[in-house]
Order: sequence, then C-alpha cells, then structure tokens
Amino acid sequence: MLTRRSLGRAAALAGAAALARPASAQAYPVRPIQFIVPWGAGGGTDYHSRTIAALMERELGQPVNVVNRTGGSGVVGHSAIAEAAPDGYTIGAVTVEIGMMHWQGLTRLTWRDYTPIAMMNLVPAGVQVAADSPWRTLKDMIDAIRANPGRYKSSGTGQGGIWHLAIAGLLQSVGLPPDAAPWIPSDGAASGLRELVAGGVHIVPCGIAEAAPLIRAGRVRSLAVMMPQRLPAFPDVPTVKEAIGSDWTLASYLSVMGPKGLPAAIARRLEEAALKAMATEQWKAAMEARGFGVNPMPAAELAAFVEKSDRDLGAVMRALGLART
Amino acid sequence: MIEALPQALALILTPQTVLVGIGAALFGLFVGAMPGLSATMAVALLVPVSFFLDPVSALTAVVMTTAMAIFAGDIPAALMRIPGTPASAAYVADAYALTKQGRAELALGICLVASAIGGLFGTAVLVLLAPWLAEFALRFSGVEYFWLVALGLSCAVLVAGPDPLKGAVGLLVGLFIATIGQDVTSGYPRFTAGIPNLLSGVSFIPAMVGMFAIAEILRNLPTIRTAAEVQTRRLGSILRGTGAVLRRHPVNLVRGNVIGTAIGILPGAGADIAAWISYAVGKRFSKEPEKFGRGSEEGLVDAGAANNAAIAGAWVPALVFGIPGDSVTAIVIGLLLMKGIQPGPDIFLMNPGQIGAVFLAFVLANLVMIPIGLVAIRLCAKVLLVPRPVLTPLILLFCMVGSFAIDNDPFALVIMAVMGVLAWAMEENGIPIAPAILGIVLGDPFEKHFMTTMMKGDGSLAYFVSRPIAAVLAAITALVWLAILWGLVRRKPRTVTA
Repeated sequence: MLTRRSLGRAAALAGAAALARPASAQAYPVRPIQFIVPWGAGGGTDYHSRTIAALMERELGQPVNVVNRTGGSGVVGHSAIAEAAPDGYTIGAVTVEIGMMHWQGLTRLTWRDYTPIAMMNLVPAGVQVAADSPWRTLKDMIDAIRANPGRYKSSGTGQGGIWHLAIAGLLQSVGLPPDAAPWIPSDGAASGLRELVAGGVHIVPCGIAEAAPLIRAGRVRSLAVMMPQRLPAFPDVPTVKEAIGSDWTLASYLSVMGPKGLPAAIARRLEEAALKAMATEQWKAAMEARGFGVNPMPAAELAAFVEKSDRDLGAVMRALGLART
Repeated sequence: MIEALPQALALILTPQTVLVGIGAALFGLFVGAMPGLSATMAVALLVPVSFFLDPVSALTAVVMTTAMAIFAGDIPAALMRIPGTPASAAYVADAYALTKQGRAELALGICLVASAIGGLFGTAVLVLLAPWLAEFALRFSGVEYFWLVALGLSCAVLVAGPDPLKGAVGLLVGLFIATIGQDVTSGYPRFTAGIPNLLSGVSFIPAMVGMFAIAEILRNLPTIRTAAEVQTRRLGSILRGTGAVLRRHPVNLVRGNVIGTAIGILPGAGADIAAWISYAVGKRFSKEPEKFGRGSEEGLVDAGAANNAAIAGAWVPALVFGIPGDSVTAIVIGLLLMKGIQPGPDIFLMNPGQIGAVFLAFVLANLVMIPIGLVAIRLCAKVLLVPRPVLTPLILLFCMVGSFAIDNDPFALVIMAVMGVLAWAMEENGIPIAPAILGIVLGDPFEKHFMTTMMKGDGSLAYFVSRPIAAVLAAITALVWLAILWGLVRRKPRTVTA
C-alpha cells in the first residue's frame, strides 16, 4: 500500500531525476506545455494559437495550454515568452510587433531573443476604401493624394502600428512623403473600418481578411493587396505591383517561437509538431472559416522572413520619425 | 422572420442545445457573481469549448452566459457593495443601501425582473429593427462619439453626490487615472514610471475591484469583530414586492429599456456605459433625486433594465455589419465566422433558421433568468449570515483571483491594492467614487475622440459640428449644461433658506 510518505518520496525522487537529466528529446514532453498569447482572447492571434495548440497537443501527447498575457501593447506577453526557461515547456505566439516595438524604444526585445519554431500565418494588408469613394483603382487614390497631400486621412490601428506602416511604405515607394495620407489612430482594424464606413476617414490599409464582412456587405472596396501574388480568397483584387507598378509588399505575421537557447532537439520536435498540425484538414478548415490563408513556414524560413520584416519596418519607421533607437 | 420560427424552434429544442444552454446559464451566473470576472471573460472562456458545438448551441451558450452574467453582477453589488461586473457599478450604492435596510431580496428582485424585461425589450428591438438601426448606427464616426462621451461625462455632475466640489475632485482623479499609459495618438508613454504593465493603461477590471471591494474591506476592518449590522428581513414573495415597485415606476422601466438598447446598438459602447447614463438620466428626472445613491428603487429600475437591454442591442451592428457593439460581440463575430455564418445585411436571408434560433435563445435566456435568479437570490442572501471574519478573507481571495485572471498578470494585484487604498482614502474624506469610475471609463474615449477629431479636421474646431448628427448631439450637450447651470442658479436660494 502506498502511504502518504512513500508517495512523497516517490515524487521527490522523480523531481530529482528530472533535475539531474534535463528534458532529453526522447522524453520530451513529459508535462503540459504553456503557450503564451500576448494579445486578447477572441482576436486573430488568439484564434490561431488556440487552434494550433489543440492540434499540437495531439502530436505531442501532452496538453498545450493557451494563456493570454495581454497588456503593455504586447510587451508583457512577448517578454514572458522570452524570459521563460528554455526547456520547451513555455512557448508562445510572437507577432509582427516584435519587429516594431524595439524601434519605438518600448522594449529591448527583438526576434533574436527567441528560438523560431514555425510560421503560423501571414495576414496580407489590403488598401480599403468606402463603397461610395470616388476612387475606383489604386492609381486614382495615389493621384488624388499626390494632388492634395495631407487632405485624405487613413486609419486602422494605433500610431506607428503595422497598418500605419503599410500605407506609409506604399506612399514612400511611389515617391510621396510617407505622411501624405495622415494617420488617424484607432483601436484596431474594426474601429478603423467603422470610421471608414461612417465617412470619418478615407483609407483603411488593414488586413484584407478583417475587412471581408464589410466587403461582402458592399460597404467597403479593396483596391489592392500588398502581396507579390493575388490572394485565392480575393481573386478580383489586384496586387500593388499590378495596380501601380510598385514593389511594396507588407504582411503582418503570427509565428510560434520559444525562448532563446531552446535545445536543438526540442526545437525540432516542436517544429515538426507545429508543421504537422498545420498540414491537417482541421487547420485548413479553421483558417478558411475566418478568411485567413494557409501559410505554414519551417523555422529556417521563418527566421529569414522575420529578419527581412524587421529591417523593412525599421526603415519605414525611421522615415516616419517613429523610431527612437 | 416569422416563417423561420418552426425551423428555429427545431434547431434550439435539441437535447444538446438545451443542455448547453442550462450549463451556460449556471456558468454565467457564477462568473457574473464573482467580483472581477466579467461577462466578456466568461464568453472568452467559452470559445475553446465552442469548437465542439454546433453553431446554434455555441451561440445559445454565449447568449445565456452574457444575460445571466450581467444580472448576476448585481448579486455581490447588493449584498457586499462589490459589483460583480462593471455593468453593475452604476447603482451599487443604491442596491447596498437597500440591503442595509434589510431589503436585500427586494433590491435583487428589482434587479432581476428589470434585467429580464430589459433583455426582452432589447431582443424585440433586435428582431424587429436590426437592419434599419444598424444603418443609422453606421453613420456614427469619431465626432459623433466625441459628443456622446461628452454627454456621458456631463452625467458625472448628476452622480456626483451632495457636494459638487468633491464630486469634481472625484471626476478629476478618474480622468487622471485614464491618462496613464500610452498616449492614444502618439503612442508616447505617460505616467508609467517605466513599468511596462502600465503601457496600455490601468487595467479597468482590477481597478474597479480595488475601488469597490478592497475599499469596502478596508472600511469594515475596524468593526469586523462586531456582529454584522445587516439583518435580512425575509420577503414573503420576492416577485410580489418587486412587482409593486415596478408598477410604481413604469416610466423608469421604459426609459431604461430605450436608453440601454440605444446605447448598446452604438458600436463601442456597451452595458457599462448604458447603466451609467440611464442611472444619471433617472436621477435628473426623478421626483426624489436625493434618494439616488442611498437606496433608490428608481435608480435600480432605470439602470438594471438598461444594462441588460444593451446586451441585445450590441448584436445589431455585429450581425448586420460584422462590427462589434461591445467586447462580447467582438468575440461573437469570431464565433459566427468560425461556424460559417457571415455577418452581413443578408444574414437574415442566408441563415434564417440559425439567426431565428439565436433570437429565440435571447427570449429564453431572459425568461429562464427569473426562476434561476430567484433561487440564486434566496441562496446568496444567506451569504449575509456568514460571520464577517470568515467572509472577508474569502471575498479578498475571490477579488485577487478575478483581478489576476483578467490578464493573467500578477501586476493586476498591485493595481487592485493601490486603487483600493486610493478609493478608501477618497471615501474617508467625503470624495465620492462614482464620478471617479465614470472618469476612468469615459476619460480614454473622450481624449481619443477629441484628438482624432482634431487630426481629421486638420486642427479646425468647426469640424466638431460639421456633420448633422454631430451638430445635433453638440446641441443636446449644450442644453444639458445649460440645464445644469440653471438648476444650480435656481437651487442656490433654496439651500440657503433650508
């Protein structure tokens, strides 16, 4: 019979064993994994994270618990992932803001403080205008801004947020000052789109998927998408390149990363599990349901993408005078 | 809509949906009654569960949970002066004052029945007028919201209490707290003392829990060993007593319903703001405004109906345009999309059965609320019999769990404690808390809409009245101010002679 004392001793022994032999790849994972989301429940990052966590759980044979650590404009959650012990039991969603916050001087963290695991998704920016806007094409819009710089306002996230950089970079790429369509800060794409429909602003360069319900309702038009190719979900929307010949592209991204210094074997195990999760039918169905694409990327590719994104965003932020470092 | 009724009934009367609905109602009751756990959080917790449910069950669960949670927030408000959700904060003083008079069951009865009626009214508006109202709400841009918030802040005068100067101090404290964090327009951190957790501002739920619950605990500490002064006078029938109160104040009930629904429909303003504004309007037009804040039955009717009426109102823009009316419907839109229901003007044509079933769920939620609520009131009233040295640590524990859970952030406990001490010190010096809470709630949108409107108008003040709806709202705001000033001028001589 197990007495309480012998149970306690067994637990102590198990604990000592775990200490003596730091989670080897064969044994990993032996306990639940915490998946930190730096953004609120119900949002796009939360949705991706909860979906992938449920699917990775099946691959890894241990619960993957999603924990929202919001606050500090994403700094709090991103810090929590970076500062966790690199044992594979704390991973999380690292989003495009990791390439922005450090330029603004909000944190010292950069993507180099993480171990990339896999890309969850890209959220391509589109250029949206109200249905009653006189602009039929992106060229109409650029011509109007060129004729009256400063007159037409754009919105869709906070000052210096990802969609602000999207329009600023686009304008810069055609030789206009990056603030030629002044930015009106908003809480997010939803309130920016609300302003657009109510006639408060003229342009909302947010993720095209976020505008999908209003596009379908005939309230909003997308003039172009900031991607190298047209999106399967919006086949009628031209790329920026097709519309005005500019090479500017921008997509927000959501990735899975762990703290820096994750043992290679554990990182590989997590990468495999994440990629397998994103190859399932459930993942495809879940992404399709909310108008997201399916863009998995292995760790090496993710690292290259994040590095380029970080550089591009830094350049636009410096041009806008938003960079403090 | 009518022809979809049989299909909707068939969808909602499945064993799964009924079971899920009952479970969600109990879940909502629990979360709402826990200080610090909000209706939004309850719905967020439902999201992973809803992966496994059919669309109608998932949406029924959301409807049931929110309706019950917003009502249940009144329970700790009445019994312990701690609002269970922010939507109950407006009338917490009145509900608690009634409890102290031994009429806890009556206070909760009023909240319960007013909630149910408000919920049904909001639902009726949702069913009948959704497309038309959504169209109107869509014309509101930042300027219009600026004037709405200005109107709301003007209400602070009405909830300020007897001393206008101290009320103003309370409001300024609230407005100051609202300025902490990144500046909304430039992103520059203000008053954050280098603490990253303060970048996005003082988290509202922990602040509210601190200002009500912790302050209340501090206030009672010196007398904790003396027996509770609250004795429960058992009502024969909660419903009969409540019915009498509601029959005495039919105007308040109707007004609360209309204000709540209207504010709910406007995207971005939810049950919390609806309750505040309805309460303030109730006080303005009451024959006994002096009773407000000291156990006014009218105030409970006005605000209790408004916050539940707002719930259904918030679904109007969500369903018709995919634009969230409040934080709960922001999650609902995600759920709808996940279940393959596209919000849009044709949502009623494309999914008549499913949307009809959601409407039915609203009706049922508000009907089921009454029996479940009555049982809950009877059970919870017993809380008052628990000795306070036992009850107080338990409340503190719940408050800490609730504050922590909202962001999973230990720093929330610091916010809770600091705000608790601050609120206690304020009340000890006669500075009312209600205007401070209003300042925290409305300070942020007030500044944000002012700044963005200035930017949109290229710095021109004329832009504030350049759109028709904005001009009308500006005129109403001006009238309210004139009425307040006129009231002050007229009342002066009377207070002198009194």
